[in-house]
Amino acid sequence: MSRMKLLFLQVMVAVVGLTIWHLGSTVAIGVASNGKPVHLLPPFFFSTPWDVIKRVVTMFVEGSVYKHLMITLIEATLAFAIGGISGVAIGFWFARKPLVAAVFDPYVKMMNALPRVVLAPIFALWFGLGIWSKVWLGVTLVFFIVFFNVYQGVREVPQVVLSNARMLGMNERQLLRHVYWPAALSWVFSSLHTSVGFAVVGAVVGEYLGSSAGLGYLIHQAEGVFDVTGVFAGMVILMIFVMVIDFVVTMVEKPLLVWRPGETKTV
Amino acid sequence: MTSASTNVPAVALKGVSVAYGFAGGGRYEAVQPVDVSVEDGEFVAILGPTGCGKSTLLNIAAGLMPPSSGTSLIFGERLSGLNTVAGYLFQQDALMPWKTSRDNVAIGLEVRGMARAEALKQADAFLKKVGLASFGDRYPHQLSGGQKKRVALAQVLVREPKILLMDEPFGPLDAQTRLIMSELLLDLWQADRKAVMFVTHDLDEAIALSDRVLVMSAGPSSKIIGDFTIGLARPRDIAEVRSLPEFHILHNKIWNCLRDEVRKTYGLSDSKAGAAS
Repeated sequence: MSRMKLLFLQVMVAVVGLTIWHLGSTVAIGVASNGKPVHLLPPFFFSTPWDVIKRVVTMFVEGSVYKHLMITLIEATLAFAIGGISGVAIGFWFARKPLVAAVFDPYVKMMNALPRVVLAPIFALWFGLGIWSKVWLGVTLVFFIVFFNVYQGVREVPQVVLSNARMLGMNERQLLRHVYWPAALSWVFSSLHTSVGFAVVGAVVGEYLGSSAGLGYLIHQAEGVFDVTGVFAGMVILMIFVMVIDFVVTMVEKPLLVWRPGETKTV
Repeated sequence: MTSASTNVPAVALKGVSVAYGFAGGGRYEAVQPVDVSVEDGEFVAILGPTGCGKSTLLNIAAGLMPPSSGTSLIFGERLSGLNTVAGYLFQQDALMPWKTSRDNVAIGLEVRGMARAEALKQADAFLKKVGLASFGDRYPHQLSGGQKKRVALAQVLVREPKILLMDEPFGPLDAQTRLIMSELLLDLWQADRKAVMFVTHDLDEAIALSDRVLVMSAGPSSKIIGDFTIGLARPRDIAEVRSLPEFHILHNKIWNCLRDEVRKTYGLSDSKAGAAS
């Protein structure tokens, strides 16, 4: 399928969805006993696409949204950096020291099984309502994804590649640098989209549950006053935000994963 | 034989056996105590049915696994840990997929402390020798099976090992590519003779390449049941050597020895029925 055709079909999905939303929320299908028009999608609950777009544009034009975007971006970035670095470090450590891994195994599983949302209030208590409670919430999400991937990546280096590297004269340190590290890194990158997404989730959920700034805060505020248009506008901005970040991640990983099979195309 | 001044064999496995213990307390003897010796400059093929433990012997000579009993002597010295004077060509893909062909070849020199520029220069020269001069920037997944083997061969040979260990290196390749690779190997080896331990299950390949063929019996408890000297003149031409009458005589002799063992692995018949056919 050509690129243009695909793009056209993708746009059509949005057009159809928005049209249904628009018609359902603006065209009356009857009149209630009190004389008010009845809609399939009552605007009070669903707003209208046009109102949402106007609100999004207004927020960007007036500039009120930038501060919140910045806060969420900082939180997500910090969560990703801290969670990523600690995940790589501990993943490596566990993979190279089976005893440590065995001892901590049940605790890691327990921690990972815990729904992170329940941690949000306690983090707010510990780290305050500023950015750090959100950062740490994001860290608990990002850490486990990166950790498991690195752990797996290091342990699943094919035995024959390892034997070959040793026969080529590599010592432990050289094995780490030339074999384990690249193998782990490829797993980290394959999970990059997920972990970046989770960093944003951590930030937004944290903001949602208690904060004074950020995209989650915006949405929460709008919900508090039954401003459905505001809620949808916040969600649209959040979606654009995540799409942009995802695009950046794709740009970053492309040159780093050229050695991977499946990337070659006939020309 | 081209063994230089000394008479010390390059590889001498003395009374080496392999047994695996199971968690339940059982014991599986893979290889009975065997003696194998490879002179310096000698090309020895180890031939046997699948699962007879011939690769295991290679891993012991490489120092990748310790024998259950017996000792391995490398140029007269007892081997403990990895065999650092040996190069090992594996059956499976063993290249580092995240490195280009050039880097894969150069890394064996770099880890020795050679400057990167010099290592890359030598890597390029070796890639040229194996006919991949213009493939230095390719990653392994961009190469065919035969090309990967060539890179692997360059990777091993560029370090100038004194002993070459090969574990059915051309096994996964198609018949034509195998022939080409055997030719390449023989050309490279004839230029600079090293001790070679070459494990294979292909009788033709074993005769065409080697100075001596050792036949192993079917597992478990395999042992060496035949030791044939291949007197074919060197340098050899892989394609021509197969049409010589001596080749067929050797082929028949070794096949008689090997046939019963191959049958045993497939449970076709006991040795009596095999001999009668």
